[in-house]
Amino acid sequence: MSLDKEDLLRAYRMMKTIREFEERAHTEIMNGQIAGFTHLYTGQEANAVGICEHLSDEDAIISTHRGHGHCIAKGADVPGMMKELWGSSEGLCKGKGGSMHVADVDKGILGANGIVAGGPPISVGAALAAKIRKNGKVAISFSGDGSVNQGTCFEAMNLAVVLEVPAVFVIENNYYSEHTNISYAVGCDDLKARTEAFGFPVFEADGADFFSVYEAAGKAIEHARSGKGPAGVFAETGRFHGHFVGDPQYYRAEGELEDLRENSDCLKNFRARMAETGEISAEELDAVDAEVMAVIEQSVVDAKAAARPTPEQVTADVYINYGAAS
Amino acid sequence: MAEKTMRDAINEALHQAMAADDSVFVIGEDVAGCNGAPGETGTVGGVFGVTSGLYQAFGPDRCIDTPISESAIVGAASGAALMGMRPVAEIMFADFIGVCMDQIVNQMGKFRYMFGGKSRCPAVIRFAAGGGFSAAGQHSQSMYQVMTSFPGLKVVIPSNAYDAKGLMLQAIQDDDPVLFFEPKVLYQEACEVPDEMYTIPFGEASFLREGDDCTVVAFGQMVPKAAQAIDALEAEGISCDLIDPRTSSPLDTNAILESVEATGRLVVVDEAPPRCGLTADIAALAADKAFSSLKGPIKQVCAPHSPTPFSPELEASYIPDSSKIIAAIKGTMA
Repeated sequence: MSLDKEDLLRAYRMMKTIREFEERAHTEIMNGQIAGFTHLYTGQEANAVGICEHLSDEDAIISTHRGHGHCIAKGADVPGMMKELWGSSEGLCKGKGGSMHVADVDKGILGANGIVAGGPPISVGAALAAKIRKNGKVAISFSGDGSVNQGTCFEAMNLAVVLEVPAVFVIENNYYSEHTNISYAVGCDDLKARTEAFGFPVFEADGADFFSVYEAAGKAIEHARSGKGPAGVFAETGRFHGHFVGDPQYYRAEGELEDLRENSDCLKNFRARMAETGEISAEELDAVDAEVMAVIEQSVVDAKAAARPTPEQVTADVYINYGAAS
Repeated sequence: MAEKTMRDAINEALHQAMAADDSVFVIGEDVAGCNGAPGETGTVGGVFGVTSGLYQAFGPDRCIDTPISESAIVGAASGAALMGMRPVAEIMFADFIGVCMDQIVNQMGKFRYMFGGKSRCPAVIRFAAGGGFSAAGQHSQSMYQVMTSFPGLKVVIPSNAYDAKGLMLQAIQDDDPVLFFEPKVLYQEACEVPDEMYTIPFGEASFLREGDDCTVVAFGQMVPKAAQAIDALEAEGISCDLIDPRTSSPLDTNAILESVEATGRLVVVDEAPPRCGLTADIAALAADKAFSSLKGPIKQVCAPHSPTPFSPELEASYIPDSSKIIAAIKGTMA
């Protein structure tokens, strides 16, 4: 699982793309350009990228309401996503899904998901398909410290063990389920141990460190791919924004956000590591930054100019075939 | 042609579909049975025996027992379907939709729409539905009338063994998610069913009686009761159309409206409680689209606005019977 320079540049570019996509989305939402409810992934980028760097298009992921990062990391078309946020008929989901339902099944993205813990049961199904077909593929569900308290998450973890399917449960603990801290909402003291109690190994990671997540994900995904049943990744992470855009964040301690941005920023950490190892120069990373900024800027320009959906599209794509009846 | 029960007809459809297409598998609680137990694995075949023999024929990878986890069962089916499989999941009693509603309504039923038309989810979820077993409030509901209101799902309610086989084979080959409600009181009812595979298209009603005086639309276990009522009225010189829509979504509105335009009268029969149900839905359809044809009031025959009672006497008065249907037909002609 060694990462060559190309891999490292791709990982950094992916994290930076997610960061700038989210920060630009934040700006545009605050400017009233984007409708609906949006939940930003800023600060957690290393988790999505550390996992998805192990995956191909034929592996499946299913995400959460905080799904932009997972979708980008799994290969979703960024300009198409931006158009989707704008509600354009040229968007990745033709303007039918929006932020909470970004999906591209051809890329193995079974969707962001507006229901907390809606995804884990579906990931077990995708993993079951891989097991039945014996194709060595895996299915990843992303959950947060809120999702893991849902019954559907428990059901999915247990069923994955019972059926011995190649499902990987990724838990990103950002400490807040909406506005409530994990110290209140998770009844036990050790969420990783509670997860392991379902009967599969859980590999721990520092969610602010791409390399840490990449290593833990490698172990979990290898476990699942090799037919040993499900596995988990448990990452401590921090979101730099609120639960939703506009969240006043009354729950934060004084200086908490500043501290997160200063000391738990995966991009800074990545750069520091590169400075240490000399694998990639600061200039090369600066060049990636500039390219990413240009892509995001162009995506916004294109999204603003993209076609708007028309009323007759409301009832399109409800069914594949509903016949002449109603 | 051999007579087969509805249970055996559905079972035969599952056997044939699984033999014909290796992407078809069944999953649910005790669809095989006895897993991990001292008894012989696969000897249950579903609590109503509908998946009987599938474990022996196709093995544990295609007849998959699960824990009692309805949300995970539906998710496992829809996730596998998104990846190209054709699962047939069993949720045992339709009432248990209450514990997996999100996975059916918000997930399976909406993938294609929310994903901009770029996914297909050819999953079938089977349920034993309806009253008649003194099974009380949590094991007797129809639920199909509730699920009909959700776009993205197709809803099937067979009323006889022949239809059940053809509709199940259609459900399995259909590319949209399908909810298949089996009226459990009809499992043992038999009629002639061909041995070979055949499909019945969704959205095509079946005409079981033809007459001039009144249109009767009935669903599921109400279909044989409506037929009984109509046959009894023949002696009084009253003749009725009897329409079994077979699927409530899509609904064959043309068949219903054409019949109402010809007879001028409509009685709609379902075993579910009345509010926001199929009888009200179809009554509204006729009132809107065939008002000028109507010669009398539209009558709805259904259960009262109450949970299903346990006591056999209470349940007998709760579920509509042919006398109530006769009274409604006469009521619309009065």
